[in-house]
Amino acid sequence: MQVDEADVCARVGDILDAHGGMEGPLLPILHAVQDAFGHVPMAALPVIADRLNLSRAEVHGVVSFYHDFRSQPHGRHVLKLCRAEACQSMGGDQVADRARALLGIDWHQTTPDGAVTLEPVFCLGLCACAPAALVDGRVVGRVDQARLDSLLDEVRA
Amino acid sequence: MKIHVPRDAAARAVGADQVAAAILAEADRRGIAVTLIRNGSRGMVWLEPLVEVTTPEGRMAFGPVAASDVAGLFDAGWQGHPLALGPTEELPWMMMQTRLTFARCGITDPLCLEDYRAHHGLKGLHRALTMTRDAMLQEVIDSGLRGRGGAGFPTGIKWKTVSDAPADQKYIICNADEGDSGTFADRMIMEGDPFTLIEGMTIAGLATGATRGYVYMRSEYPDAVQVMAEAVRIARDAGLLGPSVMGSGRAFDMDIRVGAGAYVCGEETSLLNSLEGKRGVVRAKPPLPALEGFFGKPTVVNNVISLASIPVIFDKGAAYYRDFGLGRSRGTIPLQIAGNVRRGGLFEIAFGMSLGQIVDDIAGGTATGRPVKAVQVGGPLGAYFPRALFDTPFCYEEFAGAEGLVGHAGIVVFDDSADMLKQARFAMEFCAIESCGKCTPCRIGAVRGMETVDRIARGDAAAIPLLRDLCATMKSGSLCALGGFTPYPVMSALTHFPEDFVPLHEAAE
Repeated sequence: MQVDEADVCARVGDILDAHGGMEGPLLPILHAVQDAFGHVPMAALPVIADRLNLSRAEVHGVVSFYHDFRSQPHGRHVLKLCRAEACQSMGGDQVADRARALLGIDWHQTTPDGAVTLEPVFCLGLCACAPAALVDGRVVGRVDQARLDSLLDEVRA
Repeated sequence: MKIHVPRDAAARAVGADQVAAAILAEADRRGIAVTLIRNGSRGMVWLEPLVEVTTPEGRMAFGPVAASDVAGLFDAGWQGHPLALGPTEELPWMMMQTRLTFARCGITDPLCLEDYRAHHGLKGLHRALTMTRDAMLQEVIDSGLRGRGGAGFPTGIKWKTVSDAPADQKYIICNADEGDSGTFADRMIMEGDPFTLIEGMTIAGLATGATRGYVYMRSEYPDAVQVMAEAVRIARDAGLLGPSVMGSGRAFDMDIRVGAGAYVCGEETSLLNSLEGKRGVVRAKPPLPALEGFFGKPTVVNNVISLASIPVIFDKGAAYYRDFGLGRSRGTIPLQIAGNVRRGGLFEIAFGMSLGQIVDDIAGGTATGRPVKAVQVGGPLGAYFPRALFDTPFCYEEFAGAEGLVGHAGIVVFDDSADMLKQARFAMEFCAIESCGKCTPCRIGAVRGMETVDRIARGDAAAIPLLRDLCATMKSGSLCALGGFTPYPVMSALTHFPEDFVPLHEAAE
């Protein structure tokens, strides 16, 4: 997806207006920008920096610090698999290996057809119904092989 | 008829929404009037979705219910069905608990303020509004409440420090960045009884002179974020938050903020930086956040469960709360039993139960039916306990004495298929991924730690003393708990499960 720079500036300007008067507004702004564009476009950084009286480097430093903020759009679906200990104890590693093999991609990658992005996540708080996943923001528990396969059918359709 | 189907993320993750939809559709088809309430979870996650039907004899539980079971349950008139469990309150899991902080969770409609009031809600705040600030601080000190995030610092002392600090603006910040694997108490209370947290933060504001608050939540908890944000709106509309809390003329208001997937932001100083809009890098202490916290102002940073325990302390009194517990660990602790267990979920009880009782009796052993090998307590920075240490009582000091930590009271059980060398490597890998980069023992040490564990895996016995040495450096040389506590899982794995570290095993022969 190509983003038009003038369009980015205008829409980011609106987002900045909506966050006026907030204490420490940068993270809420970045979340709003990512919600609007599916990622944080490079062109948004100078606009944000200018309004918040920060340097571009400072804004870039914040964007790059947090796992959530992406510089590129993700696929049409995002499958997040929990890699933390409680899920490991219930076979989460095997589920993750199967997902990577069946999708033919590794962590943080998107399938060539743009259908699915696979992300690791460290704990969804679903540790008593492990292994856990988040599919486009929807929580899924007890992800055994069969449930994974049906999730993959869903996101690849 | 009145039916409860939880809206808790753990219930939704195993099909509660589909069950709720099926109940409404089936009732409609049969011409039965149903009032469906989406409550919080009772904490019996292995029985989710747990459906409850209100009868003259109390609420009757059914579980785990699948959407395909719904027609059959209506056919049976919601009694005598194979999924019928009997009265919810009389289930052994419920009967064995002491629910103080979670008293309402799973019972009420989380976003119904009337329901909250009808179940002791706001009684604590009412009482607090009749007290002086000094009396409020003393109440918290007398309760013996200690930080439930893991550090175990006395909450009342922290509040007093903030109260005594002169400033034009002070803050109450709730650390809801519950990133530890095996923990979900914060998520459950925020989804199941959010007004408790709002009431606790309001009391904290009144006691310390802080008029603004923030809840710093995780992006990994989308459901909890939505419920909390809605609860804050409802509380503000009802005059519980704002320029005059419940018409008292005293101000307190709060907002929800969402992190962006950085584990280290659960550390209070990096949380403050993140909230200010900076990289979530750890700050050196001193200055303490209580004196120079959010934007340099005196700030209370408390965990969700600490703050959510405040209303019951003010409702029933400090002595009532303090009389539960053992030694210097007072009150109750919501245990989160997770991983490879037959019965997983939230179990609130007075401090002092042994780890073995929790794992064998409460959790009922492993889900796979294989022997328990190791239990990790306190998240990714917590120690792995072998069966030999199962008599350790669940208390702050006692766990520290066993080279472990209570942390946020998450308990993750592994069966005998677990490879403890792999778990030790994962602890180092996690630290390397999540390190904020500020201090060298954590940033570099974790990477070297992974490499050193790999050397051991390849049969290099000389790497074992190196790993011990590295852990000692990380433990004493890191600024915060991420680098400082990563040695707990690593060293406990090495100490208690030497057979998984092959060269060590060979060296012993």
